[in-house]
Amino acid sequence: MGTAGDQLRVVTSGEAAPGQAPSAALAEVTSSEMTLRRFLAGLPGVDQVGAEQRAAALATRSIKARAKTWAIDTAISMVDLTTLEGADTPGKVHALCMKAVRPDPEDARVPPVAAVCVYPDLVGVAKAALGSLPVKVASVATAFPSGRASRAVKLADVRDALEAGADEVDMVIDRGAFLAGHYGQVLEEVQAVKAACGAAHLKVILETGELATYDNVRRASWTAMLAGADFIKTSTGKVVPASTLPVGLVMLEAVRDFAATTGRLVGVKFAGGIRTTKDAIRYLVLANEVAGEAWLEPDLLRLGASSLLNDLLMQRRKQQSGAYAGSQDLSVE
Amino acid sequence: MARFEYAPAPESRAVVSLRSSYGLYVDGEFVEPLEGKSFKTINPASEEVLAEVALAGAGDVERAVAAARRAQREVWGPMPGAERAKYLFRVARIIQERARELAVLESLDNGKPIRESRDVDVPLAAAHFFYYAGWADKLDYAGFGPSPRPLGIAGQIIPWNFPLLMAAWKLAPALATGNTCILKPAETTPLSALVLAEIFQQAELPPGVINVLTGDGSTGAALVARRDLDKVAFTGSTEVGKAIQRELAGTRTRVSLELGGKAANIVFEDAPFSQAIEGIVNGIFFNQGHVCCAGSRLLVQESVAEAVLEALKRRLGTLRLGDPLDKNTDIGAINSERQLDKIVELAASGEREGAERWSPSCSIPERGYWFPPTIFTGVAPSQRIAREEIFGPVLSVLTFRTPDEAVQKANNTTYGLSAGVWTEKGSRILWMADRLRAGVVWANTFNRFDPTSPFGGYGESGFGREGGRHGLEEYLDA
Amino acid sequence: MLEGRLAVNKTYKLYIAGAFPRSESGRSYPVRTADGTHLANAALASRKDVREAVAAARAAQPKWARATAYNRGQILYRIAEMLEERSAQFAEQVARCEGLAGTEAVLVVSASVDRLVYYAGWSDKVAQVAGAANPVAGPYFNFSLPGPTGVIGIIAPPDSSLLGLVSVLAPVIVTGNTAVVLASEERPLPAVTFAEVLATSDVPGGVVNLLTGRLAELAPVLAAHRDVDGLDLCGVAEQDAAALERAAADNVKRVLRAERSPEWEHRPSPRRMLHFVEIKTVWHPIGA
Repeated sequence: MGTAGDQLRVVTSGEAAPGQAPSAALAEVTSSEMTLRRFLAGLPGVDQVGAEQRAAALATRSIKARAKTWAIDTAISMVDLTTLEGADTPGKVHALCMKAVRPDPEDARVPPVAAVCVYPDLVGVAKAALGSLPVKVASVATAFPSGRASRAVKLADVRDALEAGADEVDMVIDRGAFLAGHYGQVLEEVQAVKAACGAAHLKVILETGELATYDNVRRASWTAMLAGADFIKTSTGKVVPASTLPVGLVMLEAVRDFAATTGRLVGVKFAGGIRTTKDAIRYLVLANEVAGEAWLEPDLLRLGASSLLNDLLMQRRKQQSGAYAGSQDLSVE
Repeated sequence: MARFEYAPAPESRAVVSLRSSYGLYVDGEFVEPLEGKSFKTINPASEEVLAEVALAGAGDVERAVAAARRAQREVWGPMPGAERAKYLFRVARIIQERARELAVLESLDNGKPIRESRDVDVPLAAAHFFYYAGWADKLDYAGFGPSPRPLGIAGQIIPWNFPLLMAAWKLAPALATGNTCILKPAETTPLSALVLAEIFQQAELPPGVINVLTGDGSTGAALVARRDLDKVAFTGSTEVGKAIQRELAGTRTRVSLELGGKAANIVFEDAPFSQAIEGIVNGIFFNQGHVCCAGSRLLVQESVAEAVLEALKRRLGTLRLGDPLDKNTDIGAINSERQLDKIVELAASGEREGAERWSPSCSIPERGYWFPPTIFTGVAPSQRIAREEIFGPVLSVLTFRTPDEAVQKANNTTYGLSAGVWTEKGSRILWMADRLRAGVVWANTFNRFDPTSPFGGYGESGFGREGGRHGLEEYLDA
Repeated sequence: MLEGRLAVNKTYKLYIAGAFPRSESGRSYPVRTADGTHLANAALASRKDVREAVAAARAAQPKWARATAYNRGQILYRIAEMLEERSAQFAEQVARCEGLAGTEAVLVVSASVDRLVYYAGWSDKVAQVAGAANPVAGPYFNFSLPGPTGVIGIIAPPDSSLLGLVSVLAPVIVTGNTAVVLASEERPLPAVTFAEVLATSDVPGGVVNLLTGRLAELAPVLAAHRDVDGLDLCGVAEQDAAALERAAADNVKRVLRAERSPEWEHRPSPRRMLHFVEIKTVWHPIGA
């Protein structure tokens, strides 16, 4: 049993009997509201100051030369190129898709981004533009961003996106239920959406800015993973603060410990407020040093952003040519 | 080959212009030593000679004492506190202005990672001058009675682990209270004190107020042996501290000593787990473990010992050892060959005495002095590695079962400088803090320093406090 | 006194761990008045008695330190009450030992009582005066508090057998230290009688341990004892201080040097008290 397994054995105070398979132990965790509550309450606390210091220390890593070139390309391949505005139109989405496939028309070596992320009603437009190209279509659903709708409406929202061809669904958890301590309700809802998703990948948005504490972020991360999330995601981008490095740290620790316990690797998506190459590289460093290098690929790490991509491309050009790019050198969608 | 291999990111050495040789700083001037002796200071990461530095003898001590005495009586002592304050504010500002240069120099001469010299040593040194500057004209309110008087002249002998910061800790309170100083930097790390002397010149500090005598142990001994200083402040080994206390027995010289330590870092089962792991790492591997208050004994509750050790080992695997000037380096060079020999010898004793030794795989540079981060498990309280200060990146792990046992084991040392406590239970923190015989207790954190916060030890860790209002008392005739 | 009745003389003994043993060595020495008249035989303590006294002080220290400051203050005040009640006896003894006139001795005893009252009041104020909340530049709550140094060896003043003793002992114990006191060699009787006051004042056994005997024999043992944390050399002649200080360095004892004109002769201050405290600083993060 790995480290986190041992940790788990401690924190679950006997629920996972020694020798028992970890996943079986976790199945027991989700068997009732009470066992789930006890499990979450037993997770080690997060000291805010210590977590923020660790994140800040990792943010001082200086990524230069070939390491930076590699990091930029890797970050590009992890971008979920996103538009989630009331003013979104087929034209805007189409333009975004073109950018996603070939981010820098002047350099074919630039990889495509991981996915395009849109509202459910525009999934069809995106799908039509991308066809079988290696860029996934992700859709927010479940009454994004607030999640304040009935379970039926949320599931209908998910079905809508899937029927339009979405490869990935970004759901929001019920923060109200979570903050009221109804963890089982949150768990069930994620389970229900996961079941509705079928083969589509499920990203579970915790909206960490509303969860407020790192202890809550850790508990919500585990709840989502226990419910079957393929990814846990920081934010909708509609709430400030959105993704932060310390929140990222806590979530990466959670996926690392979950993997050590169950053997299943859950991805992490950082979204909201990531605008610069420096920001993106900091998240890569964080993933590398906290969760491990296994997470350094688009299947397990995503950056939800819109303007970030152009900054990555500008920095990439600077790496190649030595000269800083001009503000009009890249297309604006 | 790691997937994400960080390319070298060295800080530029160009900000430092080293002279080939340095004289002594006496009475406001750089002067040649009377006996003409000198020694070399090297970069411990490469063994390259950085500069030739003057070795002060008894005659130079004589000159410095005379200069300090005159400056104290005629200039610095009578000067209004508000004016002394402005000099110290100036010094603080110039340290900030020359921060990058000082950081690079410190890493070159000491071997510590630039990340630490840049983010810890230099900013804290400036902060110390800022803090004590403000006291200079407020001493009536410091709680030591009306119009407290300076002691006179202070001999200050500092160690090699935080050369600039220790100079600031010593000089700032002494100057704020109206004393003048003779600073003796460590033999292996004289350079930042010499740049500090340049800074005093730039700040137009009156001649003789601070004198810097570089040299070896004999220089410090000559300074103490005069027995006519008003104050001797020493930070360094317990052995030398005791010798100083003996030497000054029967004199009127006031003494403060900040000596060794063997701090317990105590982790309870309800600790904030990830932060505790970071705290353990920061506690013993900060500055290569060349820290008197290092958390060199990990006391971990038996119920989580296995989980803590696994997480700790995984974390050590991500530490980056190498070029101190690389901004990504976590563990730099051991400061000297002599110190490396001591660490090697004590680590070997740990193995001989039956403890289990573990280090992450990390490549050690060919030149220079290096020691990998090392953990000893299965350590018994009787073993040397559990009792003696190693002053290196070596952690001894012991276990406990109850809070009482944790206190008992933590206090089972002749030292008493610092301790760490990790638990999310508030009442237990206060219970532990009350019982631990340590001058600094870090609860759910470790190795934090601040000019407003008193620092100093119990027992053979020395006496007197540096920092805060309490730090003034060491330099006042109250 | 009745004509022809033989007085019953007191045997003067040591005070260790709350009990009054003879010296384990079985020795005693004659104590005379200032003009040379034999007064009594005092116990001549040995190195082993020092060892016993230090062991008793060490054993009593943690509990004494953790008594509430209010409680320690009350106990010191109780000592003052008991001393006041026996002031006539002490005045007579001090007069005989120190060669003082009766009225002078009465003043010395009153001053001793007042000195105890002074320090009794300090017990729950010293932390407020010597402690601090430190505004560190970061998200931490940081505070400093004075705590006891531990076991303090006191060489009591040679001349002032009662006021001197009280003036150096009270500031040591009020903060939670325990003490091993070497009483005035030539004038030990008031100290032994004072131990009887301590024994009846709710002072826990071992908090104060008092030895009588030869300083030349006992002081070096006390100064070198590695389980003694601090040393008050108040009663040591200048030429003897250096050797004791050197011995004290072996475990880095906090040494309070003898003063040419001790402050306590004029007015007390918190200085002696603050010499035997350790400032302990505690850090804790501030987070939600």
